Amino acid sequence: MSKEPAMTLNLEPNFANPDDFYERLIETHRGLSDAQSADVNAKLVLLLSNHIGDMAILTQAMDIAREGHEAQE
Amino acid sequence: MLKTYAYPEFPYVQPPEQKSGQIVRKKAVIVGGGPIGLTMALDLAVQGIPCVVLDDNNTVSIGSRAVCYAKRPLEVWDRLGCAAPMVDKGVGWKIGKVFRDEELVYQFDLLPEDDHKMPAFINLQQYYLEEYLIERCKDFGDLVDIRWMNKVISVKNNPDHVRFTIETPDGIYEMEADYAIACDGAKSDVREMLGAEFTGQFFQDRFLIADVVMKADFPTERWFWFNPPFHRGQSVLLHKQSDDVWRIDFQLGWNADPEEEKKPEKIIPRLKAMLGEDTEFELEWASVYQFACRRMSKFRYGRLFFAGDAAHQVSPFGARGANTGVQDTDNLAWKLKLVMDGKAPDSLLDSYDEERVFAADDNLRNSTRSTDFITPKSNISRTFRDATLDLAQKYGFARKLVNSGRLSSPTPYVNSSLNTPDSDAFHGTMAPGTNCADAPVKVGGTPGWLLNHLGGGFKVIYFSDGSGTPAALAALQDAPVPVEALVIGGNVEDTKGLVTDRYDGTPGTTYLIRPDQHVAARWRSFDPAKVTAALNRAIGK
Ligand SMILES: Cc1cc2nc3c(=O)[nH]c(=O)nc-3n(C[C@H](O)[C@H](O)[C@H](O)COP(=O)(O)OP(=O)(O)OC[C@H]3O[C@@H](n4cnc5c(N)ncnc54)[C@H](O)[C@@H]3O)c2cc1C
Repeated sequence: MSKEPAMTLNLEPNFANPDDFYERLIETHRGLSDAQSADVNAKLVLLLSNHIGDMAILTQAMDIAREGHEAQE
Repeated sequence: MLKTYAYPEFPYVQPPEQKSGQIVRKKAVIVGGGPIGLTMALDLAVQGIPCVVLDDNNTVSIGSRAVCYAKRPLEVWDRLGCAAPMVDKGVGWKIGKVFRDEELVYQFDLLPEDDHKMPAFINLQQYYLEEYLIERCKDFGDLVDIRWMNKVISVKNNPDHVRFTIETPDGIYEMEADYAIACDGAKSDVREMLGAEFTGQFFQDRFLIADVVMKADFPTERWFWFNPPFHRGQSVLLHKQSDDVWRIDFQLGWNADPEEEKKPEKIIPRLKAMLGEDTEFELEWASVYQFACRRMSKFRYGRLFFAGDAAHQVSPFGARGANTGVQDTDNLAWKLKLVMDGKAPDSLLDSYDEERVFAADDNLRNSTRSTDFITPKSNISRTFRDATLDLAQKYGFARKLVNSGRLSSPTPYVNSSLNTPDSDAFHGTMAPGTNCADAPVKVGGTPGWLLNHLGGGFKVIYFSDGSGTPAALAALQDAPVPVEALVIGGNVEDTKGLVTDRYDGTPGTTYLIRPDQHVAARWRSFDPAKVTAALNRAIGK
């Protein structure tokens, strides 16, 4: 087995058009209740995580996402 | 109570030591005559070690607890000569269906791999399992001395023996053991008496487990519902056992009152809602459980060992309790034999703790994961769970995330100190520490199975390079710890080429196999010095 260099999470700008993306993201949630939005977000996470598939990258992203939050119980 | 099953009542006989007042030292004493204690007794007996089994009761498991037994424990029971009645009586299934609300989310086919003697698993009521084990014990005559109505009430764990105080209908007596194995279940008295820790996680949920007799034309499939119309907000599992007995698990939630939920007037309407008003059924047995995932911090206390539920308790999702307990005894019995015979150092027994704690953690992890999916512990966890189920209806990737219990599979001892790590390149799964895959073979022209020929001693599997069996390989048979050779393409015919396939065999390939049918070491060529070194390592030398 040839060893690929370990993939790392890309934190450099990667959108062709960042404003398009952001607008589309907010648009996706338009008119939804908090509960509906939570469902949409959960599905987004699942869909994109499967697309990425690489556990090392996903773990890096999850760690960064959680940074600064203390457990509340 | 049960209409399809009559509980046997085993006779109590006053123990001779109690009559005589003598304290006798036994080679091995097993506390608990459940599936694990009985399997332990059989494994000692096949090696010629006499043992006493103490059980505080006089019948088999009341109500069917365990239902589903996986291939590996069946292989162990086959080695011990009692798998056939289990497989005959048990029922198999291949199709599983997952429902949510009114709809089928998806179905799966387990597609078990062909050409293994034992099926991927069977469903069978626990009382049958125990009955067959007890039946098999009788074949060993005095070697297995099962004492019903013998309750251990105190234990003294000495450096060179274990002393038990035992209560029978005739009073109290004492007995000593060179070695003792506590298989006295999740509420283990012996563990309590030792003051040993048993920690982990209790799930804030309750389950109603019901066995129902019905001649319904449900197919023999495993059906799992999330939030069904007949039991909103909870999950339900339907499974078939033998004698037209069906197992139904209702998730009840944390606030349910166990005493209330157990009442037939409470259960019958639930069942009717599920099965339909017109389905005829009879309730055989029901009980309410809270599940826990926990284990002892270690399984060895000098000459006293813990196995089965006494050592580790898992939630039943994925059917792991008895399945993994049988692998405890599979791991311990041969080590005890070698140490008792003075052929291996006492430290070999530490590897029981090392390997089986590692396996217990793997089981606990798997079982906790299933429980987290079925009983989400937070709002966000429930959101992800529900999102997964939604996506699963349409997309294959999400089906892989749906966890309504994963089938139990053995944990390879990947890092065990008994393994000799690979120095040669191999493909496939049979790395050191892994349990051996079965395959059809012929020996002396008679069709049979590889695992049956591996049996219960050290073995070498050697893939012939056409130049016959090396003399040094044959000589291993006469070593203090004998190693018998199975020569593929020599005394063993690889009928379908599957031994070669499954073990990545090439001419000269050599495997050293432990008595519990796990790979100890493997090489691309036979080198007697390497085999001897690996053997010594595998027996703790
Ligand atoms: C609802 C349910 C479903 C399950 N489904 C599955 C499944 O599908 N597959 C699976 O593998 N497992 C399953 N399990 C788990 C399985 O039932 C247990 O893991 C198994 O019974 C453990 O066997 P054991 O011999 O360790 O303990 P036990 O079966 O509890 O036996 C312990 C024995 O020790 C005796 N004893 C206790 N104290 C003393 C004492 N002081 N002196 C003498 N004797 C004593 C008891 O009488 C008993 O006979 C399930 C469990 C439940 C509750």
